Amino acid sequence: MQVDMFKRVPVREQEPKVRATNFEEVCYGYNLEEAQAEASRCLNCKNARCISGCPVNINIPAFISQIKEGNIEQAYQVISEFSALPAICGRVCPQESQCEKYCVRGIKGDAVSIGKLERFAADWATQNNIMPKGSEEKNGKKVAVIGSGPSGLTCAGDLAKLGYDVTIFEALHEAGGVLVYGIPEFRLPKKKVVAAEIEKIKALGVKIETNVVVGKAVKIDELIEKEGFDAVFIGSGAGLPRFMNIPGETANGVMSANEYLTRSNLMKAYLDDYKTPIAAGTKVAVVGGGNVAMDAARTALRLGAEVHIVYRRSEEELPARVEEVHHAKEEGVIFDLLTNPKEILVDEDGNVSGMVCIKMELGEPDESGRRSPVEVPGSEFTMDLDTVIMSLGTSPNPLISSTTTGLEVNKRKCIVVQEETGATTKAGVYAGGDAVTGAATVILAMGAGKTAAKGIHEYLTK
Amino acid sequence: MYKIVRKEQLSEKIYLMDVVAPRVAASCLPGQFVIVKIDDKGERIPLTICDYDREKETVTIVFQEVGESTILMKNLEVGDGFEDFVGPLGCESELCHESKEELEKKNILFVAGGVGTAPVYPQVKWLHENGYDADVIIGARSKDIIILEEEMKKVAKNVYVCTDDGSYGFKGNGCDMIKELVGNQGKKYDLVVAIGPVIMMKFTSLLTKELGIKTVVSMNPIMVDGTGMCGACRLVVGGEVKFACVDGPEFDGHLVDFDGAMKRQRMYKTQEGRAILALEEGDTHKNGGCGCGGDK
Repeated sequence: MQVDMFKRVPVREQEPKVRATNFEEVCYGYNLEEAQAEASRCLNCKNARCISGCPVNINIPAFISQIKEGNIEQAYQVISEFSALPAICGRVCPQESQCEKYCVRGIKGDAVSIGKLERFAADWATQNNIMPKGSEEKNGKKVAVIGSGPSGLTCAGDLAKLGYDVTIFEALHEAGGVLVYGIPEFRLPKKKVVAAEIEKIKALGVKIETNVVVGKAVKIDELIEKEGFDAVFIGSGAGLPRFMNIPGETANGVMSANEYLTRSNLMKAYLDDYKTPIAAGTKVAVVGGGNVAMDAARTALRLGAEVHIVYRRSEEELPARVEEVHHAKEEGVIFDLLTNPKEILVDEDGNVSGMVCIKMELGEPDESGRRSPVEVPGSEFTMDLDTVIMSLGTSPNPLISSTTTGLEVNKRKCIVVQEETGATTKAGVYAGGDAVTGAATVILAMGAGKTAAKGIHEYLTK
Repeated sequence: MYKIVRKEQLSEKIYLMDVVAPRVAASCLPGQFVIVKIDDKGERIPLTICDYDREKETVTIVFQEVGESTILMKNLEVGDGFEDFVGPLGCESELCHESKEELEKKNILFVAGGVGTAPVYPQVKWLHENGYDADVIIGARSKDIIILEEEMKKVAKNVYVCTDDGSYGFKGNGCDMIKELVGNQGKKYDLVVAIGPVIMMKFTSLLTKELGIKTVVSMNPIMVDGTGMCGACRLVVGGEVKFACVDGPEFDGHLVDFDGAMKRQRMYKTQEGRAILALEEGDTHKNGGCGCGGDK
């Protein structure tokens, strides 16, 4: 295979027109030949800057050189020393602003496709039934992990590798958190990738108890006092959806992105033989510009709707990953930028019939550094719609913080922790991920799970 | 799997089941609910808790056959089970937080409509066990839908049964019965707890507002996760948007926007109708041969 050292080996994808009508994965990933070709572009820098760009500090040049040599199992073992969920990270990490951003190749050409190589090694391991290396000896100490999303799985995996007896408590009926209810099948296949990665965590000895809402069925204090857990990690995420508080928002046809995606992803409403209904909509507006908004928009598109992203700033400020915006556009999602909803119109049966919006323009930068949008007077117009999906971000669920004594939260209901250890204000209780930061990325949550695992280990061995 | 250890048919379309669910049985309180899921492909169905036995580790649920999933559910037998059974969800009844002295000062009237008798029962039972007996109205369209009458009599001070068609007990609906008790028999109540169909809770609340009696209702809207995550169950209470699953399910009946709640309940009516049709007639609609483009 001929390799242009300045250009990355292109990755095969489903045709946009075809994939806009199915839920199969968009990106096919590299095969062995392509992966080795791309791996050969890595300069194996002595002072590898990519590592410092990775929130879990994977030894990137080490695993890439194993791929180059064709030792894929070793490549996987290198990664799994640092990351418990490489098949997932290889797919959903924003590599362009992390590891790949620092790649020396990127100065004069394309950065090495680190994410796609990570995905390749992880998928290869799954296909060949390679499991991560666990601990031979158990140390007899019990740790409870609340939530089976990225931070919880990572924390549990790391602690199990250190010999702890770990039980994860999950509120929903399936493990995975946002990986199963939030991110769609076409971006992150549930059975092939998420379930397979969770099996690897279980192979380390981690137990998962589903259908347990901590804070209701059992409180953290009871886990410690009655069930004998020596430490607890809270990775309960940021699950509460925000709405705009504009007129018409309780109409039928207005949904949170959480609801729309949960129906489609977790409950598989897009498949005929699953019982959960979904009102797919024929003309849909998704309000918001983040990754979740793109996921909701592309899901609605696949369910047959005409879909508009309604976002109050311009394209430059879209918080979603460039790749997601690009994919959405390719598939036919219409972007109505610098547009903000004012009111949802409701027919006499209580269903959405349209949405009044106003045009915006960018003014002075606000505290986030982004230019804040201001309304253009007299520019109101009406969109005809039957569905509005609100994707305005989420905040942590107060279920746990409100039922645990001595656990401090800030004014945004986020749990307060020491950054270096993940320790909360309650002894023996640690936290990380969106429950601490508010809605962020999978990999940052994993990083926090890792930090907390280290913190818990220090706490229980001192 | 969460095993079914008892099943009873309470009326033509109402069933009762005891399900083994140790964590729920150990922690639930009156007013809370559970979510059940029959199998891998099932939907998550919210159901109020009718009773619980902490020693036997069972939770009693009562449901009415109304849609595809509840039809599948009634086909389950003792020895079968639910794949998923999660709870307790929602807040417990406010009564659970009141002291004996506070309760003793009160006259409480429960108004149970149809299958709503099931969630009323644990509250009346809880009060009874805490030394306080309440009055209960059980109302339904006709005699065959009256459920749990005998059980209720064991834990309530007075049980008044009424039917719309007069086939059993007092002839009239719950509101007529309240008027009879308060108006003609001179009873005095400080609190009414009404649980049943939304329309029944609406008219009960309108009446008690007139009578000046504080009223609590229990809402059971469409839900998915039941933990505050999706917002499907939102409703307007006193001009504010609330999530029934975490802020409720009990709310001040004089503040709930019942008309809005009823509209939201109709959200999936067409899809549910089609699903029942498919269950009864087989997969006749799969390819959208009628030109509608299929169900989804």
